[in-house]
Amino acid sequence: MGEIIQEEKQKGGKKRPKHHSTHIDMTPMVDLMCLLITFFMLTTAFSKSKVMEIALPERDPKVKPPPVSKARTVNIILGPENKVFWYPGMVENPKSPPPLQETNFSDQGIRKMLLERNKFLFKKVAAFREKTIKENPTMSRDSLLANIKRFNKLDDSGPIVLIKAYKDSRYANVVDIIDEMAICNIIRYAIVDINYVEEDMVKTAMAASTKSTKPQ
Amino acid sequence: MPKIKLPTKSPHIDMTPMVDLFSVVLTFLMLTTTMRQPEPAPIDTPFSISDKTAPEANIMTVLLSKDSKVFFNIDNGKDTAFHFKGKILTEMGKRYEMTFTPEEVKQFEAYPSSFGLPIQKMHEFIKTKDAKERATLQVNGIPVDSTDNQLALWILFARQVNPAVQACIKGDNDAPYPIVKKVLDILQDKNVNRFNLITNLEVTKVTTQSEQ
Repeated sequence: MGEIIQEEKQKGGKKRPKHHSTHIDMTPMVDLMCLLITFFMLTTAFSKSKVMEIALPERDPKVKPPPVSKARTVNIILGPENKVFWYPGMVENPKSPPPLQETNFSDQGIRKMLLERNKFLFKKVAAFREKTIKENPTMSRDSLLANIKRFNKLDDSGPIVLIKAYKDSRYANVVDIIDEMAICNIIRYAIVDINYVEEDMVKTAMAASTKSTKPQ
Repeated sequence: MPKIKLPTKSPHIDMTPMVDLFSVVLTFLMLTTTMRQPEPAPIDTPFSISDKTAPEANIMTVLLSKDSKVFFNIDNGKDTAFHFKGKILTEMGKRYEMTFTPEEVKQFEAYPSSFGLPIQKMHEFIKTKDAKERATLQVNGIPVDSTDNQLALWILFARQVNPAVQACIKGDNDAPYPIVKKVLDILQDKNVNRFNLITNLEVTKVTTQSEQ
């Protein structure tokens, strides 16, 4: 190649336009290749989809669900229009249900409430994770997760979250709330059916929230 | 004298090695990339913090579109010896007293994307090559009513043919909850209690500070 360049230069010096060099200008080709490479790199990187694993309790009519401590229970109701409601404990008297608290999916909303209730376990796991990274960085991800799982099993302080979805809620809300469980490291949660008392509670809460926003 | 001529050398750069390298990279990427299969309905998956990658083989995916339609896909990666997909179709045909020729089964196995149509229309679906015609066949998705719950049967046969199959749910952000619940119920009825929700990765900042 070097020889060809030299030749071209000599010919150019003599100003003989008839003699074209054999050199092909590869710039457009390189441009195109750059574009294609960028395209393929981007598409391959994003085409791998991620999954969120979830396990629902087995549905066996013979096995009774474990007793749920009332003090630890938090009910989260996914409402319409991306709203989230929650109340602690359970409905004892259907005639006077506990007030629903409205919140949202931001980190100051439902996450704050959940973290507050799951403080003990969350701190423990976070501390363990940090310690492992500092002292034993070679530990594989799987064994780290296995260790965390052991913590989770022993835990008896965290909340028991019952997720109930109102009929107008969207799939994204369901995924968001399960994701929130993972973020806050809440172990005990279940997706359960909403009952009619809670449906009425959502209706009244929705009516109240539209009333309160209208005058503004 | 050559020393003086040196700076006036032509600014031409020899790009051949660069082109060589690019060709290699491009060929590699083209060969390894897996083209995203067009889905019968557009599905925007929600975000989550999970960074677990989806399994590559032995999966069945239930797709939920935003207008409450259900689609189904069986994927066995590079299914070579074990004709997972075709066997399920044959089983399904037996149940509905339909026979699929080996040719039809082969074509069904080669169909890469998910499908959403009642089994009664499967002959037409396999025959056609036209994307538009396929779309019209799939307007209603797979029946999930209690009178004709074909999704449940697909799941049942998928698990019978390949017990190692993992269930995935790929739902649209706006899929209404009743259809989500219906699909979850069907999965649980068929004793599938552990499954994967397909999501996009979203990085969330660590929340240790907020709880102090």
